[in-house]
Amino acid sequence: MATGHEIRGMGHSVPRKEDQRFLRGKGNYVDDISLPGMLHLELLRSPYAHARIVSIDATEAEALPGVVAVITGEALAAHNLAWMPTLSGDTQAVLATDKVRFQGQEVAAVVAESAYIAKDALQLIDVDYEILTAVSTPQQALAEGAPLIRDDKEGQDSNHIYHWEAGDREATERAFAEADRVVSLDTFYPRCHPSPLETCGCLADVNPATGKTTIYMTSQAPHAHRTLFAIVTGLPEHQIRIVSPDIGGGFGNKVPIYPGYVCATAASLLIGRPVKWIDDRTGNLISTGFARDFHMHGELALQGDRMTGLKVKLLSDNGAFFADAQPTKFKAGLFHIVTGSYDIPTAHVEGDGAYTNKAPGGVAYRCSFRVTEASYMIERLVQNAAYDMGIDPSELRLKNFIQPEQFPYESATGFVYDSGDYPGALKVALDRLGYDDLRQEQLEARAGGRLIGIGLACFTEVVGAGPGKEYQIAGLRMFDSAELRVHPTGKAILKLGVKSQGQGHETTFAQIIAQELGIPYEDVEVQEGDTDNTPYGLGTYASRSTPVAGAAAAMISRELREKARTIAAHLLEAAESDLEWETGRFFVKGSPDQAVTIQDIAFAAYTNIPDGLQAGLEGVHYYDPPNMTFPFGSYAVVVEIDRGTGAWKVLRMVAVDDCGTRINPMIVEGQIMGGLTEGYGIAAMQLITFDDDGNCIGSTFMDYLLPTAWETPVFEIDQTVTPSPHHPLGAKGVGESATVGSPAAYVNAVIDALAHAGVRNIDMPLTSDRVWAALNEVGLAE
Amino acid sequence: MYPATFEYFAPTSLAEALSILDRYEGEAKVLAGGQSLIPAMKLRVVAPAALVDINRIEDLDTLAANGGGLRIGALVRHKTCERSTLLAGRYGVLGATAPQVSDPIVRNRGTVCGSIAHADPQGDWGASLLAIGADVVVQGSQGERTIALDDFLQGPFATVLQPGEIVTEVRVPDPGPSAGGTYLKLERKVGDFATAAVAVHVTLDDGVVAKAGIAFTGVGPRNARAVEAEQALAGKEPSDDAIKNAARIAAGEAQPWADHRGSVEYKRNVVRVFTERGLRAAVAGARSGGGGS
Amino acid sequence: MAIEAPVVTRTITVTVNGKARTAEVENRLLLVHFLRETLALTGTHIGCDTTSCGACTVLLDGVPVKSCTAFAVQADGMSIRTVEGLLGDAGLHPIQQGFHEEHGLQCGFCTPGMMLTAVALLEENPDPSDEEIRWAISGNVCRCTGYQNIVKAVHNAAARMREGS
Repeated sequence: MATGHEIRGMGHSVPRKEDQRFLRGKGNYVDDISLPGMLHLELLRSPYAHARIVSIDATEAEALPGVVAVITGEALAAHNLAWMPTLSGDTQAVLATDKVRFQGQEVAAVVAESAYIAKDALQLIDVDYEILTAVSTPQQALAEGAPLIRDDKEGQDSNHIYHWEAGDREATERAFAEADRVVSLDTFYPRCHPSPLETCGCLADVNPATGKTTIYMTSQAPHAHRTLFAIVTGLPEHQIRIVSPDIGGGFGNKVPIYPGYVCATAASLLIGRPVKWIDDRTGNLISTGFARDFHMHGELALQGDRMTGLKVKLLSDNGAFFADAQPTKFKAGLFHIVTGSYDIPTAHVEGDGAYTNKAPGGVAYRCSFRVTEASYMIERLVQNAAYDMGIDPSELRLKNFIQPEQFPYESATGFVYDSGDYPGALKVALDRLGYDDLRQEQLEARAGGRLIGIGLACFTEVVGAGPGKEYQIAGLRMFDSAELRVHPTGKAILKLGVKSQGQGHETTFAQIIAQELGIPYEDVEVQEGDTDNTPYGLGTYASRSTPVAGAAAAMISRELREKARTIAAHLLEAAESDLEWETGRFFVKGSPDQAVTIQDIAFAAYTNIPDGLQAGLEGVHYYDPPNMTFPFGSYAVVVEIDRGTGAWKVLRMVAVDDCGTRINPMIVEGQIMGGLTEGYGIAAMQLITFDDDGNCIGSTFMDYLLPTAWETPVFEIDQTVTPSPHHPLGAKGVGESATVGSPAAYVNAVIDALAHAGVRNIDMPLTSDRVWAALNEVGLAE
Repeated sequence: MYPATFEYFAPTSLAEALSILDRYEGEAKVLAGGQSLIPAMKLRVVAPAALVDINRIEDLDTLAANGGGLRIGALVRHKTCERSTLLAGRYGVLGATAPQVSDPIVRNRGTVCGSIAHADPQGDWGASLLAIGADVVVQGSQGERTIALDDFLQGPFATVLQPGEIVTEVRVPDPGPSAGGTYLKLERKVGDFATAAVAVHVTLDDGVVAKAGIAFTGVGPRNARAVEAEQALAGKEPSDDAIKNAARIAAGEAQPWADHRGSVEYKRNVVRVFTERGLRAAVAGARSGGGGS
Repeated sequence: MAIEAPVVTRTITVTVNGKARTAEVENRLLLVHFLRETLALTGTHIGCDTTSCGACTVLLDGVPVKSCTAFAVQADGMSIRTVEGLLGDAGLHPIQQGFHEEHGLQCGFCTPGMMLTAVALLEENPDPSDEEIRWAISGNVCRCTGYQNIVKAVHNAAARMREGS
């Protein structure tokens, strides 16, 4: 039931409505907003990874003309604001009081008339530190005699945070005992960072005249943030308004609450003027929510060529505070999706988290709550298994995929996959690539001394958090919402509980309404981000907007359509059961000329309403999804390695994605290409690392590398469409698929070029020196 | 992100610029492209009391080849070099360098002379200009002096430039038609500093190597020549064996440090591989009557 | 050493998007802050601290320059074009149309700088290849699009400009 060009509902590659302001330089990002009397806040960050604070002397800074206040942890502590809760049930320092626990941790805040003066003042604050031994790896953290990082926590006598398990240990052990072959892999998914181009920031206005607190904030989850702010600051929730305006990229970096937000709000409260805090890039990279940092050991059990069991042990480096933004009961997110696309009857996952003297975080960077780590592990393990067994990696996958007729499929760790056609997607990818010919080319190249590799990744991920009973963050259930109001002249406004940071919601959600109600997409205004003007939702991250808020938008449209039927019956003087709906109008069955349009109905809702019915055509739907959704895909990468330098180049990259119903194919493909680029960056060059003293290497773009148009490969994009049976639109979400699935594809390609010589692992990022070292070890280097 | 405060001058003559520099007795810095200076000021690793902006001084932006060699003036931007047809053929080592400096936007402002004066061991021009045997022309209120680049560069960010002096020109002698060169740079992405880079310039005379210039970026305390490797080639036929041998010697002369771009062993190997590939390209270029890039 | 009290401000006149703008500024005021704060032209964005990302790119006398790595005082007497100066009397500039049609932007943060770099490229090279486009924009980082649609957007704009639309 595709709509025509005038309506442009789902399936149309409609150019985006939101483009106009961005093209003209009239975007409204947090740093673009000014309020009268506004002050600027800059943070003083610790140069040390682990140190006791002996004293802080801010007298010279306070005396600098233009400085209004210098706030320290001590001052915040007096208002009970020095510590705040994290989304994972831990506490985190706002400004350090006793110790600093990571390099870059916030120690003081200067509020001044200009950011330049504030930065001048930072240099005048004298902090006396007593340097302590830093713990810079989770292995060190858990070793006997390690310095205790969280000595602020009562009852915390080690650096161990959590132990978590999923699956069936005993059944899995039995499978391993009976296996013909066990393939194992130790691999490290290094710390990287989402690094959106716009850093985090806010403009906090605790207005003494109105009693209202307005915080303009880079927030992917404004409602949840409002509730947490109310709890943390004690300001009453109805007097807090969070406005998340235009956001210059999120990727999970703008889900946590950062000390800068709390300091700016506290400063505004104490001073009585608006206070703006915009983090610089170093602050962003050194202190805000990083991603990954998982040490993984995986084992796959096989009988013949069938996978019979999977075991994974994880060690997670969580930094100084356990601040992962994930559904609270899952300590390692949704890592237990690790059986991936394969029909593996038994699996057991266990993970331990450790504190280290590094920035807090772990769940970010388009990871779908740790699905990136899981997908990487299984796709690398399966590829290696194929090499060990001497069979083609595509063959091993095809033999072990969950087959289309097995859906809905319950995995060994309890996920119920909604739908999928894994062989279908892989076949499209292999055909597009010319796989068999390429394998031949690879052999010929090898004979001629050239190293070409073909890497596959056939991922299934899990998104759309989520059913409220299981999925809660800080207690807030992960439903989402859509509030729709149709105006008398037939235009509409849709307000959502989610918040785009570039995903195109102003267009795609309008297309949903267009599809469901036949109101042309350009007549639907979509509003997000202002907590005073939108229904409560949990925000946009983990690819949940389409699965949850998209469903809510469909549901409310259908509810309004039912009221519209009643009004139509009234207008047509017919029985409701005699009316049929086709996009945009109700008509009398058998008499298509006897019809009223949705616009006629909207007008009537205010001017000619039937007795007993309330006026208006509006409502809100809070959608509690019955299940998660399971987008999937097959990626294939071809690389060539320079034997003299270890540098590798992507020759081809084919990406076949299936996210069910595609609302706007152009936008879907844009999301995918962005994710394939992030995946490339992660595989090839991105690393945040630390020396033995906990000094961070990777806190500027000189060390933390982002691929430019020159390095980024050209992508060949294709798709299959396997709708989700439980989603009202059949849609699954796609924002993170490519970041989740592609790193393994790139890495598998490089390994594939070297597998014949026995290479099975190179830890990411596969920088040229690491690849060359692997070449050199097996005698393949030039 | 916000620099400390400073006084600012935009003189319209070199004499005026030099007099301001003298007045500040080493506390003033010359601002040409500013693509290294301003980032350092923003991080507050340098905080000069004054900046002397030389961009308004006329006749400092000459890039010309006139009888006897190439002249690169103080305000010649990397982008001008990237676009110029002069830097091909016998000057190919320079033509190959220009597009690889930093990124295209930085190249619009940054200058060759500024890069030399900055003397970053990761600077690209230092290597190429060493390989081709350039001289640096320096002006102070006491007068002008010409210094061989190899003597001008002293160490990391250190040159023989005195307070009150400005690099006004780089001069490259004409190597003749049987010359060629190239610059091979390994960088993790556009805009990164070199993991390792090698500049190669070869002049042939009757089939043998009259002069070889091999110089490095990013594998020592400053851009430096592989003097022994150069000597190993001098007077020899540039056979495959001779080239491989010179490349091995050159790798031994490099002084790489281990960091996140790679181990010492790795960087040395890159030097060896690039020297070999660079020599082959330079020789091919020289044989074809000037080229290489 | 200067013996008088240091003079750390200057009055400058810069032509921005065709209009002469005069202001007294601190010498240390970065050009990007002059544009964003003194002139309230917030279309030019800041993405990093190390001259690495190109979000702040503007055209200085027609040439792409990272405005975070220049002082406002250096632009005295010069002309600057920012993203706000792309819109003409006839409507969107071809580059803006190209970006819109080809979905060359997602969050929009890199877009102003990216478009201005592309405008300068097309001025010099009216029919660039994919490779030439990628080379020209390799100083402008994008986190959202993966660049492929940006390349298409530049081709789209180039075609429009060649046609004279």
